[in-house]
Amino acid sequence: MRATPFILVLIAVAAAIFGIARWLDNSYAFFAGYVVVQYIVLGTAWNILGGYTGYVNFGITAFFALGAYSSVVLHKLVPTLPLPIMIVVGGAIAGLVGLGTGYLTLRLRGVFFSIATLALAVVVQTLITNWDFVGGARGAYVLRPRTAPLIGGDYMQYLFLIMLGLGVIVLATARAIERSSLGVGFAAIRDDEAAAEASGVPTLKLKLVATTLSGGFMGMAGAPLPFYVTYLDPASGFSLNYAVNAIAMPLIGGTSSWLGPVIGAVLVGGLQEYLRVTISSAVNVLVAGVLMVVFVIVAPHGIVGLFQRKR
Amino acid sequence: MSALLHVEGLSKRFGGFVALDGIELEVQDGERLGLIGPNGSGKSTLVNCICGTLQNETGSVRFAGKALDGLSSHQRTRRGLARSFQLPRPFASLSLAENLRVPILYTVNARGAGALAGAAVDARCRDLLGEVGLAEKADRLPRDLTQIEMRKLELARAMAAEPKLLIADEAMAGLSHAEVDEIVALLIRLNGQGVTVIMIEHIMRAVMEFSQRLAVLVAGRKIADGAPKDVVRDAEVVRAYLGE
Repeated sequence: MRATPFILVLIAVAAAIFGIARWLDNSYAFFAGYVVVQYIVLGTAWNILGGYTGYVNFGITAFFALGAYSSVVLHKLVPTLPLPIMIVVGGAIAGLVGLGTGYLTLRLRGVFFSIATLALAVVVQTLITNWDFVGGARGAYVLRPRTAPLIGGDYMQYLFLIMLGLGVIVLATARAIERSSLGVGFAAIRDDEAAAEASGVPTLKLKLVATTLSGGFMGMAGAPLPFYVTYLDPASGFSLNYAVNAIAMPLIGGTSSWLGPVIGAVLVGGLQEYLRVTISSAVNVLVAGVLMVVFVIVAPHGIVGLFQRKR
Repeated sequence: MSALLHVEGLSKRFGGFVALDGIELEVQDGERLGLIGPNGSGKSTLVNCICGTLQNETGSVRFAGKALDGLSSHQRTRRGLARSFQLPRPFASLSLAENLRVPILYTVNARGAGALAGAAVDARCRDLLGEVGLAEKADRLPRDLTQIEMRKLELARAMAAEPKLLIADEAMAGLSHAEVDEIVALLIRLNGQGVTVIMIEHIMRAVMEFSQRLAVLVAGRKIADGAPKDVVRDAEVVRAYLGE
């Protein structure tokens, strides 16, 4: 399928999902749907760097929370600013941090890169915790408007719609990367960086493209968060859950294709939401962990890998 | 004939160890040069310095009339310098055809002139695989290849970048007698198509058959350079290989 029809299909799917949620007219459907789609965005963003180029980023919460906290700042400065603008700003900030981090850390290979990103998450969390303007350790309240702009109804519906839109953008980007020379270059870097360089691939430049895109999309996923939770403190914004899920979902779904993070997020995210309301809210943390262990043993290439032809 | 590659006073040290010491080397356009030397004499380090994988401390490398100093490896590849690795380093998750796609997209197409698009890229990948006898395995993964096929893939990938100069770093180590002949014939055929080739090798039979000129490295210095028959009789070379 070419790019344009694919985007149209994505939009149609997103519209159908939104239509069903409206038809159900159950506010929980919007809350749960938001979380799942948020993880599609987050997982796909992680996969652009982790799956395509093979650089495992543990510092997901740094980028995610940067997006969230940039919205807190913008909301305090200009309360009437529309959410899509906040998302663009949050994404841009996180993307720039991704670029900077990439420039400083991409000379590190393998596990050393991962440790550096972990350190980044700690550094950003410490900075935010000590920044009084955004509430510091106390956290910040963000009151969301009562009704949604444009579409009417509860504001939660608007948040879900925005997140669906982000999902379309991120998935279209991921698939476009896979099918372009950028994707071939990323795969070459993942397999053998020296051989890639010898084949003419500008490895540093491509890795910077990946860290910037990946970080930017994580920031975009985080930007609506303050409106979703209405109270954001560092402990929840930098929660390990986001990092674990954003890594587990692509690994479970399959890292080689854009479809992997989608399957992983729907499966794991859906299961977590289901268990949260049926058993207990603590069980959902267990789900990602157990499934990740199972899949690493049974299907190391994820669910997508199970269906790909054996070459 | 003008020199295609010109290495001048090139030195490289790793800490206190001098790996290369004032290397001078010229390679003419269209030439077939053999480069030999005992293990640890600096052959691969020289290749790495020429190709930009390592940066030399002193001296310079000029290629096709332009200085390469300070350029990264991929920029040198784009200028027409290709190499194969001593131990084959295929892109393991990509099919053979996709392996060749990488240099075509990032080297040939990056040069601008002669850029290939869409189906032409794929056709070119399969042509190149056909040239080294791997056409039937175009859609297989590198892990399905035998040792000699892996070497051929390595050479095909270097060729896909359409280089002016190809450096084959021990492309034959560990191959059987017949397989060595096959690779030598392949390299001579490439040379016939106008590609200058530097062959680094331990297998003397292959070196003697292939080389028009032979250079010898010992302990980071070039001790001989000339017609292969004279070089292998050179007293210093004999001493380096066989001892006093």
